[in-house]
Amino acid sequence: MIINVARKELKSMFASPMGWVILSLLMFAFGTYYLNGVNDYFAVMSGAMRPAERTGVTQFVGQNVYGFASFMVLFAVPLLSMRLISEERRSQTLPFLFSAPISLTEIVVGKFLGLVTFLSILVVFIAGMLCTLNIWADIDFGFIVANSIGLLLMVASFSALGLYFSSMTQQPVVAAILTFIALFALMFLDRFFAGDPSNTLASLSLTRHFQSFAGGLIDTADIAYFGLFIATFLTLTVRRLDADRLRG
Amino acid sequence: MNNFTVEAIDLTRLYGGREAVSNVSFTLSKGQVLGFLGPNGAGKSTTMKMLTGNLAPSNGSVKICGIDMMENPKEAKALIGYLPEMRPLYKELTVDEYLTIAARLHRVSSGHIKKAVEVAKERCGLGHMSKRLIENLSNGYQQRVGIAQAIIHNPMVVILDEPTVGLDPIQIRDIRALIREVGSERSVIISTHILPEVEMVCDHVQIIDKGKLVFNGAIDVLKKQRIGNKLMIAMRNPPSADEMLKLAGVVEAESLPGNLMRVRFAEDAAPAEAIVQAAVANNWGLYQIAPDQTSLEDVFVQLTFQEQAVPEPIAA
Repeated sequence: MIINVARKELKSMFASPMGWVILSLLMFAFGTYYLNGVNDYFAVMSGAMRPAERTGVTQFVGQNVYGFASFMVLFAVPLLSMRLISEERRSQTLPFLFSAPISLTEIVVGKFLGLVTFLSILVVFIAGMLCTLNIWADIDFGFIVANSIGLLLMVASFSALGLYFSSMTQQPVVAAILTFIALFALMFLDRFFAGDPSNTLASLSLTRHFQSFAGGLIDTADIAYFGLFIATFLTLTVRRLDADRLRG
Repeated sequence: MNNFTVEAIDLTRLYGGREAVSNVSFTLSKGQVLGFLGPNGAGKSTTMKMLTGNLAPSNGSVKICGIDMMENPKEAKALIGYLPEMRPLYKELTVDEYLTIAARLHRVSSGHIKKAVEVAKERCGLGHMSKRLIENLSNGYQQRVGIAQAIIHNPMVVILDEPTVGLDPIQIRDIRALIREVGSERSVIISTHILPEVEMVCDHVQIIDKGKLVFNGAIDVLKKQRIGNKLMIAMRNPPSADEMLKLAGVVEAESLPGNLMRVRFAEDAAPAEAIVQAAVANNWGLYQIAPDQTSLEDVFVQLTFQEQAVPEPIAA
């Protein structure tokens, strides 16, 4: 049943030009960064004389692309997540889902998975793009896997937050703006506490938890953080929808 | 275990202290079409939302084929097909895509989805619209898609909120035939404020006003109230009321402006013939005689405005 809701969401995503446009624009941007990264690699490495200054091509290009990707999804996810529930609210299609034999949790998780599946296309494409380096170099696949998992988890967290804000309003644009502001704050929270990195609030920052993945390290603490983040916002969304049913 | 398909027990819904629906109870059996009548804001849609699990009742419960909507919402919802007042259509999809999703979400097994979609389209006359985007369909066709969505999984109970709004007369006739067809083997609840429609398709009527059920009974009861024992006579030289009263069977005569006269006759009498003969003999210049029907509107107004005075024949 969750899968059916997710399929419906994916279908809607691809039925409008929005999905295709965002996908292609993002891939264009990532492709450009990838090419620049490869060019820069030769420029930088030819200047790096000492062995300590030298890094592998995977890490150099990968950091370039994944760093940019984690920043770009900040703009892309609110645009994609804004419609998930608010649009249904506005065009009054929610009763279609509510009167079908599916629970609220299934609806919410289905919508969430639909969006994550859509965004995972990006993650797979980026990974595929970086793997093409293997044609002439010997690349570090582990680094790409860790980064992919990290990016996917981050994108999923963004989606969960976006879904929640989408459930609060009838106006997709309002949902997008709220999501963007919230994500922006969470991303750069650690910058505000740069002087005091041990601050509890700083460890709420999404960027900080992406950092270990960016370095090629899969840390269970960070996975747990993203997992809890997603679970929290999905639960809040379910509760928000349940309030609809109760309060009307 | 009774065989009621829908059981509403003391349904009450509060909106911030105001009772939108209060203590509505009724039952519906297989093969019945129930018409829900009521003025705007009477609580028709709210009741339907509660029946379909879209809204939690403040008090009372709903049972669909014996399954409680609160306790087992999934099982109960699987037995319902619902078309809300605002059509829940995803306009960016084609008719086929939309109906496939509807079938899938309503647990039609994957092998039967194609067939279910075909059948639903055929029943609603959508066959040639399969590949069109819902957005580009006319209002009437969109309504048909909405109805198709509600009957696609062949539910035990079909609940349609104002199904004939925005349709042309031919489409209305088709939809009414469809409602009757579905109603012959399943249960149907429709809400409407088109009174003759109720008479045409429903066997049971409920009139709801200000959240309260003011009438609940078979359509025949309502019809009887409507077609009384009255004649409306138009004459060029109308006699006085007393003169009319002399005729056999006439109990009451009332002169109306415009050379009209309303005559009430005894229960088993048929004075029409006598009146015509008298009119010819006395040169009253009769040019029109017809049974005087209290319009359904009058009955409706009567019921909704003088609820205390009206007896409540509970005959469900």
